[in-house]
Amino acid sequence: MTVPLDWRHAVVTSRRLAPAGRTGQRACRPAPTIRLVTSARPSSPASPADVAVAAGRGWRWKASPLTRALTLLILVCTAIAVLLALLFGGLADKLIHSFSIGLCCWGATTAVGRTVEFGRRRLAGGVAAGDGAPVPPTHAAVRTAIVLTGAMLGGSIGLLVGDVLTGHTSAPLWDWRSRSSQITLAVTLLGATMFTVVMTLRDRLAQAQLRTAAAQRQAAENQLRLLQSQLEPHMLFNTLANLRVLIGLEPARAQMMLDRLIAFLRATLSASRTSHHPLADEFARVSDYVALMEVRMGPRLHSQLRLPPELAALPVPPLLLQPLVENAIKHGLEPQVAGGRLEVQAERDGARLRLTVRDTGIGLGEHAHGASIPGTQFGLRQVRERLHTLYGERAALSLQPAADAEGGTLAILDLPLPS
Amino acid sequence: MNTPTALIAEDEPLLAVALRADLSRAWPALQVVAAVGDGKQALARALALQPTVCFLDIRMPGLTGLEAAQALAEDWPEGAPFPLLVFVTAYDQYALQAFDAQAVDYLVKPVQPARLDACVARLQRLLAERSAHDRAVEPADADALQQTMAQLRALLGAAAPAAAGRLEVLQAQVGANVHLVPVDEVVYFEAADKYVRVVTASGEHLIRTPLKDLLPQLDPARFWQVHRGVIVRARAVTSARREESGKVTLTLAGRPEKLTASRLYAHLFKGM
Repeated sequence: MTVPLDWRHAVVTSRRLAPAGRTGQRACRPAPTIRLVTSARPSSPASPADVAVAAGRGWRWKASPLTRALTLLILVCTAIAVLLALLFGGLADKLIHSFSIGLCCWGATTAVGRTVEFGRRRLAGGVAAGDGAPVPPTHAAVRTAIVLTGAMLGGSIGLLVGDVLTGHTSAPLWDWRSRSSQITLAVTLLGATMFTVVMTLRDRLAQAQLRTAAAQRQAAENQLRLLQSQLEPHMLFNTLANLRVLIGLEPARAQMMLDRLIAFLRATLSASRTSHHPLADEFARVSDYVALMEVRMGPRLHSQLRLPPELAALPVPPLLLQPLVENAIKHGLEPQVAGGRLEVQAERDGARLRLTVRDTGIGLGEHAHGASIPGTQFGLRQVRERLHTLYGERAALSLQPAADAEGGTLAILDLPLPS
Repeated sequence: MNTPTALIAEDEPLLAVALRADLSRAWPALQVVAAVGDGKQALARALALQPTVCFLDIRMPGLTGLEAAQALAEDWPEGAPFPLLVFVTAYDQYALQAFDAQAVDYLVKPVQPARLDACVARLQRLLAERSAHDRAVEPADADALQQTMAQLRALLGAAAPAAAGRLEVLQAQVGANVHLVPVDEVVYFEAADKYVRVVTASGEHLIRTPLKDLLPQLDPARFWQVHRGVIVRARAVTSARREESGKVTLTLAGRPEKLTASRLYAHLFKGM
């Protein structure tokens, strides 16, 4: 029976001794187990405000939506007035008419739009739904209808207002035979359409930028945390402390250790930039890490890495195996007074690749004092998330107690072979 | 003055060798009487050899350096001078802050020679003060021990993880049955090998959650740690009797047996 990957961390983070799987495993022993009833910790989703702040830097135009709309309105109205004045003369009158129609169209369209949105909100969410309730995006046809209605309504009112202001008497907008009405109507619709298209595009652009910025931020954060989990300061400084000693005692061995450290650092720093590398590279990386740990732990750590030559060239995502190895050492072997053995191997099982990491450490049931070392938690979660992204349901990772008498933990990474 | 002696507890062999070599340079008179690789041996050897100074790595198998220090303080024989403690760590941000606040000495790996010299100078000064007191009529060891206890208590408090949530009902499994035990019915918890005994007025259960994981989930106003292996529900304690050794014997409501509060936690039981 397998235990879900994050089992160890479920214990570490929320102090729950959970799964039925483990109880079943140990059923042979009259082991009393405990489940702790605790109040769930509230999760803290990333604040949208943070995202907006971070995304804000990407905007070219930092004005408020209202200022933006008004500026665009002034531009469109002025352009129309100038155009009509060039054709028919009378710039002042054209400006007054243009602006009164433009402003009224804008006001009418906004009013109609708000009314429709309010209606939809009531329909979608009932009375309980507040302003923040999500409403499906407006259909393009509905948007067009809103713009047309707003333009007709606003155009008519604006024309009247313009007439009052200029002292002219224009034919009403709905008088089809009047040439001036035809022009006014055409220009109004054209202006309203331009205005709407530009505003919509701007909104979409802003939203896309917001999403891109949020995604970039997420990616950067992930990369940072990946680095932090790999370059754990405790590991780094302990390694350096050992290196410092070796330089005096055995310079040749110190040089070898330094080379391993360099390879480890270089691989870690570049890992997030490659999507796949040969399985042999992944093993080389693991071998660097294990070699460093062997110097540190001395006779307490014995390791065996087995990679059949025919599997060496298979492409695998980087840093899938290594977090498992680190976990086995940190949580399995290091906390065990006598230390133990680490076995890493790759094997082919039909059309699947199976990578196993086995330790003879303290096992899943014990709470290592160092189990709360930050980073490993992230390392394991990272492995699981990446498996899911890359392979969906076709890959699996399991952690289970090793079945034989030596005890310890067995982690199995099961991947589909590339076709 | 007797030859100062030292115990080194460090699980990484090269680092243990190096610290020993560095100490022989920085403090030639210091005699390293034991070098051990895990916390349990550190405790056993320190109790047996009673060194003047203990260098304790924080992250060790068996017991952490802090846990070993806690156990030392609780089990240290009456009358013998408590060792000066120096914690050694590669990187423990929070622990270092606590050490700074508590003026406990610590070394950061890789250990720099100048830093080790400063540490040695400080230890020598403390020892000189100690022997000056010995020559005086009243030995001040009791004060020094009390101070060390207070520092250890603060360090242990700082090292405790944040509570994940309050625990109200324990679930103890026996075979296919799970017994639900409200925490308010618990008289005390006692660590026993791999289990924790949950003792109520009517009986007892075994659970697998270690005491140190249990502690942060219990209401500190209702549950008091009185020993590294015992947590008692304060309201179940009817009387406390201070012994010669500095320990405190607790009488319980609903249980015939008595509990012992170690000197590390004796301060909890004082008349108002």
